[in-house]
Amino acid sequence: MAGSLDGDCFAVNPRTRYLLIAPPLIFMGLFFFYPLMRIFMLSLAPEGSLDLGGVKKLFHTGYYARVLWFTTWQAALSTLLTLILAMPAAFVFARYEFKGKTLIQSLTTVPFVLPTVVTAAAFKALLGQGGLVNAAGMHMFGLEGPIIHLDHTVELFLLAHVFYNYTVVLRIVGGFWARLPRHLHDAARMLGASETTIFLKVTLPLLAPAILAASLLVFVFCFTSFGVVLILGGPRLATLEVEIYRQAVHLFNLPLAATLSLIQIVFTFCLMAVYTRLERSASVALIPEAVKKTAGALRSGKDRLVVGTCLFFMTLLLGTPILALFIRSFLTDSGPGFAYYLALFENRQQSILYIAPAAAMLNSLGYALVATLIALFFGWLATAFLSAPRQKIATTLDPLLMLPLSTSAVTLGFGFIIALDKPPLNLRSSWLLPAIAHALVALPFVIRSLLPAWRSIPQSLREAAAMLGASPRRAWIAVDWPILNRALVVGAVFAFAISMGEFGATVFVARPQAPTLPLAIYRFLNHPGALNYGQAMAMSCLLMVTTAAGFLLLEKLRAASGDF
Amino acid sequence: MKLKIVVLSLCLLGLAATGFTGENRPVVTLMTHDSFSADKALLERFENQHGVTLRILKIGDAGAALNQAILSKNNPLADVFYGVDNTFMSRALKADIFIPYASPYLENIPDHLKLDPQNRLLPVDFGDVCLNYDKKWFIEKGMQPPHGLEDLLKPEFKSLTVVQNPATSSPGMAFLLATVGRFGSDGHLKFWKALRENDVYVASGWSEAYYGQFTRAKGGTRPIVVSYASSPPAEVYYSETKLDDSPTAAVLSPLSAFRQIEFVGILKGTRQQDLAARLVDFLLGPDFQKGIPLNMWVFPADASVPLPEIFKKYTKIAETPVLLTPQAIEIGREKWLEAWMETVLR
Repeated sequence: MAGSLDGDCFAVNPRTRYLLIAPPLIFMGLFFFYPLMRIFMLSLAPEGSLDLGGVKKLFHTGYYARVLWFTTWQAALSTLLTLILAMPAAFVFARYEFKGKTLIQSLTTVPFVLPTVVTAAAFKALLGQGGLVNAAGMHMFGLEGPIIHLDHTVELFLLAHVFYNYTVVLRIVGGFWARLPRHLHDAARMLGASETTIFLKVTLPLLAPAILAASLLVFVFCFTSFGVVLILGGPRLATLEVEIYRQAVHLFNLPLAATLSLIQIVFTFCLMAVYTRLERSASVALIPEAVKKTAGALRSGKDRLVVGTCLFFMTLLLGTPILALFIRSFLTDSGPGFAYYLALFENRQQSILYIAPAAAMLNSLGYALVATLIALFFGWLATAFLSAPRQKIATTLDPLLMLPLSTSAVTLGFGFIIALDKPPLNLRSSWLLPAIAHALVALPFVIRSLLPAWRSIPQSLREAAAMLGASPRRAWIAVDWPILNRALVVGAVFAFAISMGEFGATVFVARPQAPTLPLAIYRFLNHPGALNYGQAMAMSCLLMVTTAAGFLLLEKLRAASGDF
Repeated sequence: MKLKIVVLSLCLLGLAATGFTGENRPVVTLMTHDSFSADKALLERFENQHGVTLRILKIGDAGAALNQAILSKNNPLADVFYGVDNTFMSRALKADIFIPYASPYLENIPDHLKLDPQNRLLPVDFGDVCLNYDKKWFIEKGMQPPHGLEDLLKPEFKSLTVVQNPATSSPGMAFLLATVGRFGSDGHLKFWKALRENDVYVASGWSEAYYGQFTRAKGGTRPIVVSYASSPPAEVYYSETKLDDSPTAAVLSPLSAFRQIEFVGILKGTRQQDLAARLVDFLLGPDFQKGIPLNMWVFPADASVPLPEIFKKYTKIAETPVLLTPQAIEIGREKWLEAWMETVLR
């Protein structure tokens, strides 16, 4: 029975199903597992036999165990904090309809593209020793010294992790929540359950797959955190990722770097295996509701209060740092003005490396578009395969497909260099490689966005469509697509953001003269002078505006392609 | 709608592909780090003179770029590598990735910069990593600015200094080496212990220190920062309004700055050794050397090239910088780094 009931227009029987997973696996094999294997072999067995001389240090001190422990608990804590802070917003965005909702939701994803140095600057402008809050506090209370000392503390980088990941929970959980049918809630209500009981006994269990998917992404993101911990946490705190970078780049101790990468990979793989299993068993097929039906307008004063409070906290958490950046980009030494923006268009040294803002923007958009398409294509196929019930192999494949997100960028970058050096895969200096690297990191986001939605599609709906005489294609368009397109946009938004922000492996990928916005920002931040700093801020704002425009366009496309 | 996206992206793809392939001239590739920069017209002149297309490949910071060159030695990514510095030189030579080339332009370069007798790596520029201070701050407080490294330990200099973490930053490493050269392999730890007690701030990298903690940045609270001798002229050059004087100054007293020398070399395995040699000549030649200060904010290796006015006015080349042999650095690096971390961070 499995064949005909695997209601999916791409595959009819279990064997052809494997055709679905083949392209993503080949893609991952070529651009992920093969480069990794090569760099591990070169690092650990340079002469063909295992040589663990460089790894001895690992066991001599308790240092690396402490690093692993720190990496784990900070990631767990970051995930928990993000969940606690973002769940109310997910509720509000799922259940209420209000003006500017789409725009606000798009804006929450903007932090995702900010380079860590810029985020650090934004937080410091607000909360640093000489930052706004301290300056205001000292002024108001007539104090001598700053009130808050957040610089180089765990609190500060936890806050930054929440800042970055808030949108993951909001979008993945919120998007899923918006589709939860209301009749279950109403039935429970009629049976006399309180709102709290309904939330705990009905809503939460139904949301579980989405919550698990989102927290898995946040956890892995924070587990491999590099810049945030390095810059905001200070030199005393180091994650595994920082340690790998240090060993690989500064000390060129490849065996130790490779071993640490392996530990990182194995550790996250085990974790993800548990998680994906949970997510699987938590998923329930349900007849999804039209969003228009579940989300209501603000009727009572209480509704307004709930939405207002939520938006207020969101603005405080996500809005103020971004606002600080915008203000900073206009606040020149000689008063407010466009000086920094105008300077972007000036090539003073006639330098070959001058980056015209428009060119950088186009390059960034080009990479992002290609990376998004690649990630969506393979992510779609992989999800189509993974969504089927009762598939033993999926429990292994699913966590495997998540690995690029948890793999050290340096290690993979070095792997590319030694593995992709011969035709037909001589891509080491091709413009395609950065896009592929982005797509690899984006793939897990696409899969995790799609999977809960895909699994929730009830088989009965498809059968009903078929019974009513719909062709498989027609049934798919009428049943699957309306449910999936929202999740697909969420995946696309993350893929786009990951590429725009040059997250991950790309720092270590060679590139010809096609500089992107983040690279331009780094270049400005590498030279002294007020103008350079101002231009970096201006370029960051351009990056944010370009990204936000991209998000809005994606939402528009979805709206145009039909919602039901 | 979907179709439109696909068509649009295919167009973009096509556009991108044609944009990157260029014409049918032989391509000579220069692999370098992210800070490389040069005059566009000058590079075009080189291309036309030799009938080639020059491709510049940037791969991360200096350390990452070199490691990638070493990893790709069986099938090099480029013909010439620009930007191995003296702190990484031993690693590069040990990996045996460069071939000797005695460029005729070497004779314009002072001997103390030539660290490889076999000319596998040829000096191309150098910079002095040193303390910078905010002039206005010290005038306003009526204090003497620091003159040498020891000054940082004075009680009145408490909480005034920001340095970079040598474990994650290349100027940070250079400054650690400056202290090793100044106080000796063991004595420098005593200096760092005292500096820690004097509340030094350790930032992760240059940007975070200079734009985050230094008083020249908005909200910064520390008037002394580790930077380059070229930073004061850069402050003037990249100022928002015309400045008559640099707001900062570099501390270049004897044995307080570390000299970071950058080298260029022909990668072993290049298929066009001749062209590669021409490229090296071009990089060491007077035209390119003249452009180095304002493009990369370091000093040209060729001592006969005149420095721009702004450099002459606001900085100088350290007379007695710390110079450590690449061998000593390679042997000491890990030991010094771990001792530093033990002393300053734990």
